[in-house]
Amino acid sequence: MDVVSPPPDQGVPAGGPPRVVRGRILVAGRGRGPLLTLTHPISFWGGVDPVRGEIVDPRHPQHGLSITGRVLLLPSAVGSSSSSAIMLELLRERTAPAAVLMGKADAILSLGAVVGSELGYAPIPIVEVPVEAFEDVFDGTTVEVRRDGIVLVAG
Amino acid sequence: MTATLSDEERALLEGEGGEAVAMAMRIVVAAAELLGARSLVEISSAHIDGCLYHGDGGVEFAEALVRGGGRVAVPTTLNVGALDLLHPEVVRADPHRTAMARRQMDAYVTMGAQPTFTCAPYQVGHEPGLGEQVAWGESNAIAFVNSVLGARTERYGDFLDACCALTGRAPMHGLHLRENRRATVVVDATGVPESLKSRDVFFPVLGTWLGLRLGDEVAAIEGLLPGTTRDQLKALGAAAASTGAVALFHVVGVTPEAPTTAAAIGIEEIEPSRPAPPGWVSRGLPALPRRIRVTPDALLTAMARLSTAAGTEEIDAVAVGSPHFSLQEFEQLAALVAGTAAAGDVPAASTPVRFAVPFYVCTARDTLAAAEEQGLTGPLRAAGVQIVVDTCVVVTPILPATGGVLMTNSGKFAHYGPSNTGYEVVYGSLEDCVTSARTGRLVRDDSVWTW
Repeated sequence: MDVVSPPPDQGVPAGGPPRVVRGRILVAGRGRGPLLTLTHPISFWGGVDPVRGEIVDPRHPQHGLSITGRVLLLPSAVGSSSSSAIMLELLRERTAPAAVLMGKADAILSLGAVVGSELGYAPIPIVEVPVEAFEDVFDGTTVEVRRDGIVLVAG
Repeated sequence: MTATLSDEERALLEGEGGEAVAMAMRIVVAAAELLGARSLVEISSAHIDGCLYHGDGGVEFAEALVRGGGRVAVPTTLNVGALDLLHPEVVRADPHRTAMARRQMDAYVTMGAQPTFTCAPYQVGHEPGLGEQVAWGESNAIAFVNSVLGARTERYGDFLDACCALTGRAPMHGLHLRENRRATVVVDATGVPESLKSRDVFFPVLGTWLGLRLGDEVAAIEGLLPGTTRDQLKALGAAAASTGAVALFHVVGVTPEAPTTAAAIGIEEIEPSRPAPPGWVSRGLPALPRRIRVTPDALLTAMARLSTAAGTEEIDAVAVGSPHFSLQEFEQLAALVAGTAAAGDVPAASTPVRFAVPFYVCTARDTLAAAEEQGLTGPLRAAGVQIVVDTCVVVTPILPATGGVLMTNSGKFAHYGPSNTGYEVVYGSLEDCVTSARTGRLVRDDSVWTW
């Protein structure tokens, strides 16, 4: 298992020591990007357009926002068993988030990422985290997810 | 946490069954770990939902399995695709989408799955028995196979359904395990009059309410009639699996795991001869479920949800057959169209019907063949009925692009219609649909709903 300190080549943005959150790995990988918190659960099938990498469910509070390259924090996923197909499309179209943090593990969404990596697409990490640890973290804050499931939030 | 694998399962993981099976096994094992399953369960059949085109990734996945020599390990049926392969002209699609949707359907057939292309495989001979372990996709089929047939599946979706079919294994968790099949809520329908609960129009509404009320809980429904039909149970489950994540329900005195309420909630497993000492808490016994009653208000509220165009006086199209129409439903429709059955407040007519608006019936190609053999389809087509097979009107563009109001007797079409087709919806019985389609003016018999 990796050590907790960030690798020197990637680093963490300046501004203070990072907060360290220990997550449970659902799909292992590394990713880094600005945080986007979804305040409501979302069904990727019907809720996310994989070509544009955008939230398209008009009833969702984050409707219209892009998820591409973001570290997406989801309270939970809902609904369709076709959400794994949408996750695969996001990976194929290179419109996927940089990483997904989930308050409640969702096997269907995670499986889309597993299948993506079987087909040779760059996998993204999916990690179950305590969402309380992010309550005071603003959207846009740089978050890094490491291979060992450690999540670093820029200070 | 790691699932424990048998020697045979490890060998498949290491490639003994070929590259496709090894990949499928890696995905099944990954799923088992995500789901917290400690082992895999051998399955005796599969129903694959993954042949519906959502994007090129689904084709890429299926063709990767074909290239790796993938063959289904157990009898496997296929859910709807995005095309009607027998009547290709009914689907409006661009050439790329059509070509890719076709490749996706073909890939699964190449792997040995039966080209049933139906969301109701239980109507075309795929009927696992009580207690059989299976891996099925498609929410209504899952609810039916668990509830009405008493076989055991969890809710499987894209990719995992196919991986289970190729490996003959599924993660041992959820509804594969007996303890998770007990009802945790008793739904009391004894107060609903027989005049309502004998009618088909009742069941999608009850299902809609159940799904909203229960989420993914298992219910035992009391007070339905012993003669409740398969089509009625199909409609109930499909609606409950649309508004909620219902994968199993019991109907006391009707479905196989619920000869009694006690059996459905699992308390018949208690040894009656052994009295519990004071303060004794068993870990193995279920908590007593809560009870909820079916009331007229609850049903009217649920029914209102099925009509987004409740105030409409005109309809633009009718669609029935979600889940896919059964042979019995073809017989009912044929009688209504021939004018040999009364329809709503319109008495049996002596002249055959000719519809004023497009009328779609979605079904399986095998059911269509049986209906044709019985001579049921000629008069339907003469009345203007468009029969769609292998797919349906809410998963692929079939309805006229003009939009408008779609009438249906299906809780599932009513739920998904507005978001998937752009049409507003209005719900009614099959009789109401036939009566309304004759003139294009909405006619509904709502008298059965008050008591």
